[in-house]
Amino acid sequence: MKFGKEIVLLSLFAFAALVAAGFGVDEPFRQHMWVLFFAVAGFTAILLRNTEFKPAVPIDPAAYMDGPIRYGAIATVFWGVVGMLVGVVIALQLAYPDLNVEPWFNFGRLRPLHTSGVVFAFGGNALLCTSLYVVQRTCRARLFGGDLAWFVFWGYQLFIVMAATGYLLGITESREYAEPEWYVDLWLTIVWVAYLLLFLGTILKRKEPHIYVANWFYLSFIVTIAMLHVINNLSMPVSLLGAKSYSAFSGVQDALTQWWYGHNAVGFFLTAGFLGMMYYFVPKQANRPVYSYRLSIIHFWALIFLYIWAGPHHLHYTALPDWAQTLGMVFSIMLWMPSWGGMINGLMTLSGAWDKLRTDPIIRMMVMAVAFYGMSTFEGPMMAIKTVNSLSHYTDWTIGHVHSGALGWVGMISFGAIYYMVPKLWNRERLYSMRLVTWHFWLATLGIVVYAAVMWVSGIMQGLMWREYDEQSFLVYSFAETVAAMHPYYIMRAIGGAMYLSGALIMAWNIAMTILGYQREEDPMPRSIPALRSVRSGASKWA
Amino acid sequence: MTYNFMREFADSWGLLAMALLFVGCVAFALRPGSRRHADKAAQIPLKDD
Repeated sequence: MKFGKEIVLLSLFAFAALVAAGFGVDEPFRQHMWVLFFAVAGFTAILLRNTEFKPAVPIDPAAYMDGPIRYGAIATVFWGVVGMLVGVVIALQLAYPDLNVEPWFNFGRLRPLHTSGVVFAFGGNALLCTSLYVVQRTCRARLFGGDLAWFVFWGYQLFIVMAATGYLLGITESREYAEPEWYVDLWLTIVWVAYLLLFLGTILKRKEPHIYVANWFYLSFIVTIAMLHVINNLSMPVSLLGAKSYSAFSGVQDALTQWWYGHNAVGFFLTAGFLGMMYYFVPKQANRPVYSYRLSIIHFWALIFLYIWAGPHHLHYTALPDWAQTLGMVFSIMLWMPSWGGMINGLMTLSGAWDKLRTDPIIRMMVMAVAFYGMSTFEGPMMAIKTVNSLSHYTDWTIGHVHSGALGWVGMISFGAIYYMVPKLWNRERLYSMRLVTWHFWLATLGIVVYAAVMWVSGIMQGLMWREYDEQSFLVYSFAETVAAMHPYYIMRAIGGAMYLSGALIMAWNIAMTILGYQREEDPMPRSIPALRSVRSGASKWA
Repeated sequence: MTYNFMREFADSWGLLAMALLFVGCVAFALRPGSRRHADKAAQIPLKDD
């Protein structure tokens, strides 16, 4: 029977959720368990309706397992649109506080929904599906463990649903980017260990003797996130049937653990994982090998050795010991070098094929991603310097920096990878429309430029207003005055975000039409030859 | 295992070991003859599909 074992186990899981909904000691936990019950029971019903009693078709062990990757690509686009939409909503909430709809949709609950939505739901699904795509093709081996990949995919979606609904119900650990409570953390740990087994198992059964460098980056991402997640979420629940838990650490130790986690989530989730993407998809789309393979190895080791120490720069001028603050600052500055080494490696992969920038909007997207990687890895170390940080910290400048990295680097490289993968995964000759990719590219790029530039201005203004004092040493501005001064920038930021979101909606349309098998009739992208010729012939006339 | 012991170990022997390990990794990547191997490895994603 197809799905027989799964249906039985999921029914038991749904029953356990129902019991927890009945016996939960606090109201949010009971509500959350109802959500879990309906999610799992609904999924079980879908499996029941799709079950068959025919003998299973034997699978070809030599063929790649692309089913979970197709689902992952769709999930990436879906969660991307959702996460970015919530981002635009909270940007508008900052500009117009009346948009806070209590209790479920106020800023405090929607903000973690946005950050987790774009980082873990959009970025996480992008990493999940591209890592499984890349590891099979560079190891020339089918995914390890049979249906393990399906468990990882659906288990991760359940984590996303539980995290997201928990935030809206007001369930939070208040740890930035690690807000889900203990029981959701435990579930993610199980899923993540399964992911590690899936990825490592596939590497171990590879037919290619060398492990390609993209897999090193992906593996370091999976291993490090496991370590960070487990240690940062060490906590004691108040009740095994309640939502609340208390951290194992207290005071400044707790803060340092949190930012050791927080910064390495940036370093290993949003950087190392997406670098794995870059080292596979840029060479594939450009159809040339990476500029220097040995530089990619040095890039890898330098990131691994340096990134893990940079976290304390989030705690400058706090109770954290001075030596730890200085350590964080120094390692952050050192990180500049490997980051730019990696950026150069990605960009120079195109050397000799720069004309592709004009003819291939997907390459253009990837190059813009790598350029933003370079820009935000220059800005980051600069902001980690204590004197700069004294101006930038707690201001919108930080938000601008995060978004140039997240929208520019993480978003653009993921879009590029999705545009590359989807026609291949569904055996389509090409995307539905290349013109729409160009539209997406420009909307996204201009959206980021508006967003980042506005946040620079508003952040620096905010920092300067906070520290402004008069000749008698009184602060010149009240906090409310700084908030009022930022109102126009908040509106402009929302416009930048809305442009980026509209680009993502165009992508969703393009991808959906590609999957459905349509091809838009359109002129091919401009070729480089005619334009060059006319310039040259014009020049020769005057020579 | 006091705080001071761990702190002093981290910025002496620990730091030295990590630095040497890193230098070793870079030296291994740049060892003579590695270019041929690296060029071959760089072709891995371009070989099929």
